[in-house]
Amino acid sequence: MRFEGKAHVVGDHIDTDAIIPARFLVTADPGELGKNCMEGLTPGWVRRVSPGDILVAGENFGCGSSREHAPLAILGAGIPVVLAKSFARIFYRNGFNMGLVLLEMGDAIDRLGDGNALVVDVAQGVVENRTTGETFQVRPVPGFMMEMLEAGGLVQYVRRRLGGAA
Amino acid sequence: MGQSLAEKILQRHTNDHVEGPGQIVRCRVSLALANDITAPLAIKSLRAMGVSRVFDPERVVLVCDHFTPNKDIDSAEQVKVVRDFARQFGIVHYYEGGEVGVEHALLPELGLVGPGDVVVGADSHTCTYGGLGAFATGLGSTDVAAAMALGETWFKVPETIRVDLVGTVEPYVSAKDFILEVIGRIGVAGALYKALEFGGPVVDAMSVEGRMTMANMAIEAGGKAGLFAADATTLAYTAAHGRAQDAPIAPDADAGYAQRLRVDATGMSPRVACPHLPENVKPVEEVSGIPVDQVVIGSCTNGRIEDLRVAAAVLRGRKVARGVRLIVLPASPKAYRLALNEGLLEVFLDAGAVVGPPTCGPCLGGHMGILAGGERCLATTNRNFRGRMGSLDSEVYLASPAVAAATAVAGTIIHPAQVAG
Ligand code: SF4
Repeated sequence: MRFEGKAHVVGDHIDTDAIIPARFLVTADPGELGKNCMEGLTPGWVRRVSPGDILVAGENFGCGSSREHAPLAILGAGIPVVLAKSFARIFYRNGFNMGLVLLEMGDAIDRLGDGNALVVDVAQGVVENRTTGETFQVRPVPGFMMEMLEAGGLVQYVRRRLGGAA
Repeated sequence: MGQSLAEKILQRHTNDHVEGPGQIVRCRVSLALANDITAPLAIKSLRAMGVSRVFDPERVVLVCDHFTPNKDIDSAEQVKVVRDFARQFGIVHYYEGGEVGVEHALLPELGLVGPGDVVVGADSHTCTYGGLGAFATGLGSTDVAAAMALGETWFKVPETIRVDLVGTVEPYVSAKDFILEVIGRIGVAGALYKALEFGGPVVDAMSVEGRMTMANMAIEAGGKAGLFAADATTLAYTAAHGRAQDAPIAPDADAGYAQRLRVDATGMSPRVACPHLPENVKPVEEVSGIPVDQVVIGSCTNGRIEDLRVAAAVLRGRKVARGVRLIVLPASPKAYRLALNEGLLEVFLDAGAVVGPPTCGPCLGGHMGILAGGERCLATTNRNFRGRMGSLDSEVYLASPAVAAATAVAGTIIHPAQVAG
């Protein structure tokens, strides 16, 4: 799994209400949710995103409620991967379970600027900042998590493991 | 470097080598649990997964404890979904009616959990089983559904905060006071994502029930798990509840901890968590005299037989203050029966209490003791968020069974020694 895209930087402690405010929880459709991604942070935020872009966040990203709509909204906005200094626990689980790639970078996150061109190799755990020429090694995503991401999330992964129809 | 208790238990359930915090490991689960609120969602996910059987019908547990006995049509429909699923999938451990207890009080009494187990539950207080030396944590319904289907789940190995309890325990001070003290010190996000590991001489002398009370509230500090080593006390408890094969488990002496905390019990008085967060913890003396409308003794935190005994000892021969409602809900059928046989229920009734069935009931503002606007309750439960027990304009104070019983008698928050000597 390899992603190339432009970085969109957000701050620390971005909570699930910033990612997708509760008033938009009337649907579970990623596309619909995606239209309002980060609406609780900056109205119209999602308009700056092109499909394949990468979200770069500070500490404790995704704190707040356990709503699975938050990672779905990010996916729906066309963002396949989030790099953060750290993630909130439930969001971290929900992200992978919904098929969103999350990589923790610690303090190295500060080396990524808004609009930088990034390349992320998930299996190797390598983040490259093409704009600055720097490369960072992060903890790679383990094999079974890759399987889950490739299946498109936990529900599909279990289907596959049990040999059910996809 | 040695392993913390969390690392040690996870290692037993994974083929991966547990290197340390931050690593993601895939673990076999010993038990997967859901209740009448969360099971319907998990069942929906299981159907979306195309699941036709669970990984082991003996190791999926469904407890209808939150809104039962069914309080309205909606809750009855929810329980029906769970009941039908349990029948269809041959779930052995399905509980409702007279067999039901608050899940986290019930499972240990049924011998379903033991040291070294990995337990996942679609309920945040699943961490209670840490009191038995199990790694137990709450997950979302989809996660628990996957665990029910595959018998495994993934965890990020947590960092551990080690808490040592030392000193001499004063009269009327118990497990609840210690965990409130810890939450008061580190705050509701103090153990975010981390495991809390408890030890020290006070813990060594503590009953398993007390340990479960403490582990129960690890989540109120944001913790992923609250862990106690399994020692001779633990093994005696699990053996008494039908488990013969359990073995002790303890952290390595040179385990690496993210943080260490020392709580000295000497001179410590009972603690009370004030509205509207479990971290607003004060010594009982500082809130003494605050009048209450209701007192609740029960829940997965403090509704066990030991808690009922403590409450009854304070209430024996005394009356609940005029204008105060005391509601006692034994947390399990066993606690209920023991309380009956030991004459505790009579003590409660004589004092003027309402004794209800085992249920979560008022703990989550479900039923059987909801607060009106402007009312104040002191409860032995674990959460005092705004509106948790009813009206958004009501208040909940959290304390031990001893403080609760004394407060019911005085009508105001009070140190039990002032009531019972
Ligand atoms: S007693 Fe309260 S905290 Fe415990 S499981 Fe029930 S609702 Fe949750």
